[in-house]
Amino acid sequence: MAGLMAGFGHYTHAVVRGIPASLAKEALRSSQAEVDLAQALREHEAYVEVLRTRLGLEVVELPADESLPDCVFVEDAAVVCGDTALITRPGAESRRRETEAMKDALKDLNLNIVEMTDENATLDGGDVLFTGREFFVGLSKRTNQRGAEILADAFKDYAVSTVPVMEGLHLKSFCSMGGPGLIIIGSSEPAQKALKIMQQMSDHRYDKLTVADDLAANCVYMNLPNKGHVLLHCTADQFPESVKVFEKLKDHMLIPVSNTEKVKVDGALTCCSVLINKKANL
Amino acid sequence: MTTEAGSEKAEEVKEKAEESAAQTDQSEKATEETQEVTKAESEVNEKEKEKEKEGKEGKGISRYLPTWLKKQKSQSQTSPTKEAPPAEEPDSKVTQEEEAPAPEVNGHAEEVEEKEEVKSEQVREKEESHSNASADTEPVKEEKVEESAEKSPEETKETTEGEGAEEEKKGQQPEGEAEGGEGGEGQTSIFQSPLRLVRKSKMKLVVCHVTLLDGTDFTCEVEKRAKGQYLFFKMCEHLNLLEKDYFGLTYIDTHEQKCWLDPTKEIKRQIRSNNWQFSFNVKFYPPDPSLLTEDITRYLLCLQLREDVASGRLPCSFVTHALLGSYTLQAEFGDYEPDQPRPLDNIGQLTFAPNQNKEMEEKILELHKSHRGMTPAQADAQFLENAKKLSMYGVDLHHAKDSEGVDIMLGVCANGLLVYKDRLRINRFAWPKILKISYKRNNFYIKIRPGETEQFESTVGFKLQNHRSAKRLWKVCVENHSFFRLNAPEPPNKARFLTLGSKFRYSGRTQAQTRLASSLIDRPAPKFERTSSKRISRSLDGAPMISITEAENGREPHLELHSDSKSPGPSEADLSQDHDKTQDEVLKHQANISQLKRSFMEAPPPSPPQPNQWEKRLTSSPATTIRIQQQQVVSVPETEAAAADNTVSDTKEPAKLNLHRLFSPNVALTTEVEIEETVVVQEVSRAAKPGLVTVTPIPPAEPTTEQETSKQEVKAEEKVVTVGKEEPKKQESVSSESESEEEAEYHPNVSVSISHTQIPEEKEEEEEQEDDKRGEQEVSAPDALSLPAEVSKPEEEANRVEEDAGAEKKTDAEEKEDERETEESTDDPMITPDEAPNGLTLPEEGETGMSAPAEEEEEPKVNGEASLVEVEQRPQVICCSEPPVVKTEMVTISDTFAAQKTEIATKEVPIVHTETKTITYEAAQLDGNDGEPGVLMTAQTITSESLCTTTTTHITKTLKGGLSETRIEKRIVITGDCDIDHDQALAQAIKEAKEQHPDMSVTRVVVHKETELAEEED
Repeated sequence: MAGLMAGFGHYTHAVVRGIPASLAKEALRSSQAEVDLAQALREHEAYVEVLRTRLGLEVVELPADESLPDCVFVEDAAVVCGDTALITRPGAESRRRETEAMKDALKDLNLNIVEMTDENATLDGGDVLFTGREFFVGLSKRTNQRGAEILADAFKDYAVSTVPVMEGLHLKSFCSMGGPGLIIIGSSEPAQKALKIMQQMSDHRYDKLTVADDLAANCVYMNLPNKGHVLLHCTADQFPESVKVFEKLKDHMLIPVSNTEKVKVDGALTCCSVLINKKANL
Repeated sequence: MTTEAGSEKAEEVKEKAEESAAQTDQSEKATEETQEVTKAESEVNEKEKEKEKEGKEGKGISRYLPTWLKKQKSQSQTSPTKEAPPAEEPDSKVTQEEEAPAPEVNGHAEEVEEKEEVKSEQVREKEESHSNASADTEPVKEEKVEESAEKSPEETKETTEGEGAEEEKKGQQPEGEAEGGEGGEGQTSIFQSPLRLVRKSKMKLVVCHVTLLDGTDFTCEVEKRAKGQYLFFKMCEHLNLLEKDYFGLTYIDTHEQKCWLDPTKEIKRQIRSNNWQFSFNVKFYPPDPSLLTEDITRYLLCLQLREDVASGRLPCSFVTHALLGSYTLQAEFGDYEPDQPRPLDNIGQLTFAPNQNKEMEEKILELHKSHRGMTPAQADAQFLENAKKLSMYGVDLHHAKDSEGVDIMLGVCANGLLVYKDRLRINRFAWPKILKISYKRNNFYIKIRPGETEQFESTVGFKLQNHRSAKRLWKVCVENHSFFRLNAPEPPNKARFLTLGSKFRYSGRTQAQTRLASSLIDRPAPKFERTSSKRISRSLDGAPMISITEAENGREPHLELHSDSKSPGPSEADLSQDHDKTQDEVLKHQANISQLKRSFMEAPPPSPPQPNQWEKRLTSSPATTIRIQQQQVVSVPETEAAAADNTVSDTKEPAKLNLHRLFSPNVALTTEVEIEETVVVQEVSRAAKPGLVTVTPIPPAEPTTEQETSKQEVKAEEKVVTVGKEEPKKQESVSSESESEEEAEYHPNVSVSISHTQIPEEKEEEEEQEDDKRGEQEVSAPDALSLPAEVSKPEEEANRVEEDAGAEKKTDAEEKEDERETEESTDDPMITPDEAPNGLTLPEEGETGMSAPAEEEEEPKVNGEASLVEVEQRPQVICCSEPPVVKTEMVTISDTFAAQKTEIATKEVPIVHTETKTITYEAAQLDGNDGEPGVLMTAQTITSESLCTTTTTHITKTLKGGLSETRIEKRIVITGDCDIDHDQALAQAIKEAKEQHPDMSVTRVVVHKETELAEEED
């Protein structure tokens, strides 16, 4: 009898979106590095392939929109938990329209759609860390208190705690879930501080897995039938030190995924998909 | 004139009377129980036995009673007595137990309860007897007798649970009630002081209405002065509930606030209105309901949660609403039956969610189908498994503002204190992180244990709407912490002689204890009916009432609709919008409304400063003033230091009539130096033979450099005092009741509580001999103290007494009123003690603008508790001493964000060195005597720029062997920010004392000095 909060990491579907050519030049970024679009496309394709083929998820692929250079980062456009989907109001003005296609896709999946209509609210999905028992919402450049409140309203079952994000773009720019009760966290001071806050705010205990590089702390965790714990993480080429840490996770199926280009426009692994469990909860 | 023994006993007796009364006609069980409990007191037992033997007649005992007493009785209870022959209802024991006692007194219910439990669980019994029973049980005797004599007949008659009996009672009641209002009080006061046993006679019955979790109303009668416990136990019995510690009764106070009924206090004094309307509710939500032993307990918890969910107090998502609803259907209706004439069509009449709609109902039905085969108990268990995961499960929310005036909510739960802003959690303080919880006026503070990297505690303050809400929040915190974190409840701080603030402590069993107890439950699962009438009513607007009753197996439910014309059931049509949106909007709307409400409530001018009780006392009480005028000398006196330790603030004041001085030289900056000195001057005079006054200097308890030690000493003293004076029980009730208390603190630190709990063995024994109760109270005394002199005191003190009401208080107008206020505001809020002196500013000075006249009215009031104080004429004790305080830097972190942004600078926290010195001069020992509750005669405070002097006079009278002894204890606390010439102060105090009471001798002088030296770090 699956009840409330059962089955963290169980997913059946994934929503992804193509990379527009405009990404290379126009996507928002905090660094100045050149983006190799071709490489980015290849990497993205590989990523989707892992979801679809290797993990057997049903992948809904939305077409890229040239007018939305950041549209590949679908995570920011929606937060899905159980069978409720919160369509966000991204903090970056230029990204607001990304939610339209996402909303339609999620509707088609029969999720209960909640929209964030409040004009004072902003929320990027990248600031939302769902641990299976509660939400942490990073208050960042992209996400504000009001956005977090609306998220709390949309997912009433769960505690929603706010965590200040002092550095980095999003909360999940330096952390993510690595399993039930396991938080993967970067080793930078802001990351560690944020973790402390999360631990203090929570009624639950979390183990932490600290990795050398903040960016490497962004992983995709799933718990799939016949596969058990699955972790998509960065490659050894990119973050050798951090990968050593992942390799200590003996119970996990570890899948390194290359992400050298999207990272230049602040895209991490979780950013590129919205994971859904269609048999959620009931 | 009460003899010592008399008065003390009076209390006990009263207590016992209550209990015993209840028991009176109970079967042997009762007797056994009583005996068990009262072992210690042979007298009592005897009486009980007597009573029992005598049964209904009770003549034997009654003859001991003063005739007037008897008369009294007959007046109030006559009619019932005559009413019917007793023996008629042999088999309805239980019933009797429940009903019969009503007329009797409080204790009864408890007793019954206990009995029942005793059978199955000895352990539990013991616990109880230790905690409650010891205190409550003993005093049975006389009343019992009385009752047995007079009541048994009526009892028996009324015993029938049936309404008939009740009605009868009601019939009678009116009379009693009628007089009750005025006449009753009058009577009360008449009898109160010395012979409280009499109390019984004027008992009035009051009808209580209790709303049960299933929405039904339970009506029962209780004696007007019954304690919360009595009613609560009665409820539990009615519900057949054993695991009752998770539950409690609530009432709506005069400010429309929901409050928990304190089991240890009289109901009447809590509700303060004639509205005897209560609700039976879950008080502590078990974090894991599957650990509950009985299904009936889980069922009741389910009922509470269904209500919580339906009303929106426990928010949950659409899916969860549906899931919980489906389990509810399964539990109450059994399997989904497709063929049935769909009783579930009426699902729309059931309330599952605040904004229920058709879609949700369909979902519920759909899910219900999937639960086929699940028993009601299983369905309840599943319900709870899901409900317990909800983030707001068991969170008790309180409106507050953070330090910046931002509206927030404080949530108290099993794990600690949660801070919410709107629906977001912005901070959390787990119990282990909290060192101290306190409130002062409308401020609520928690002191946080320093983190790994921090060196000092920080204190977080919140503003509540008013001091009542602050206190309510504080109480809830104390209770939740105790229940969920402690192995055993921390005894109330009764040992304090003079105390400001609430001594409230959680008095029930802790979760650990209740789990242990319930593991011993050995009875066949009780049968109970599942009904859902309450939930069905659209709770918020009291709409349609539907009661659904079903048998345990829930196969054939029938619905009854008591439709209420007001609100036509939920029309499904109007609810068909997107549920989430709707919820959203509703929430917003609610938020808006609540904000409006809040701002409305806040708008009114800050409630007029509570008339300072101290001031009242001052003017009205004849007091001896000891003036100590000092020049401001900013030199910090002596000594060295022990590292500043928080514990310092813990220190309890030396009780008694001490001259207690506190200096707090405020030298520049944050530095604070405080010196506390205590001088105890005891004057003893024997009416018959003037005692010898020998002033034997006792080597000053070695001036300890160490804080801990000094603390202990202080405590020891305290204890002594208590023994000598206050009747514990009384004190408790007084203090706890006072609504006017403006502050109190609680140290949730488990270790602290443990240390408090340690009872020096020797002492305990001593105490036990005297009175078990005492022993308990004294619990806060630290380990065996090293002050022999002090320890032996209690007995001596208990002696002599003659009331010297004559002590005149002279107010020293010279002293200037000072800027206590100012100081206060700048001071660390945790320095609670400061308040006492502050409040005391002399009215005469006029600076404070308080008018003296007010004071004349009520002397007996303690800490502003006046109205609550039992009618006794005995003035209560006031506490005014201040524990040495270590100033900690006040850092307010209302949310983590801020915390992260602002590094907390801890540098400025001064290091405080404390020195404590106690010097005792003592006269020859007087023969020991029973402790005698003292009488606080006066208390006054004189404040000048640099000093604050508080004088408390406590008078104890003893009648011993024909000798009347009067002991006057004066305690003077001087707090100042400059040095004081102690010797001069002491000399003056003694001199004044002698002048005022030339016929008395000084037998003991204790000087207690505490100095805190703060050094600036940089």
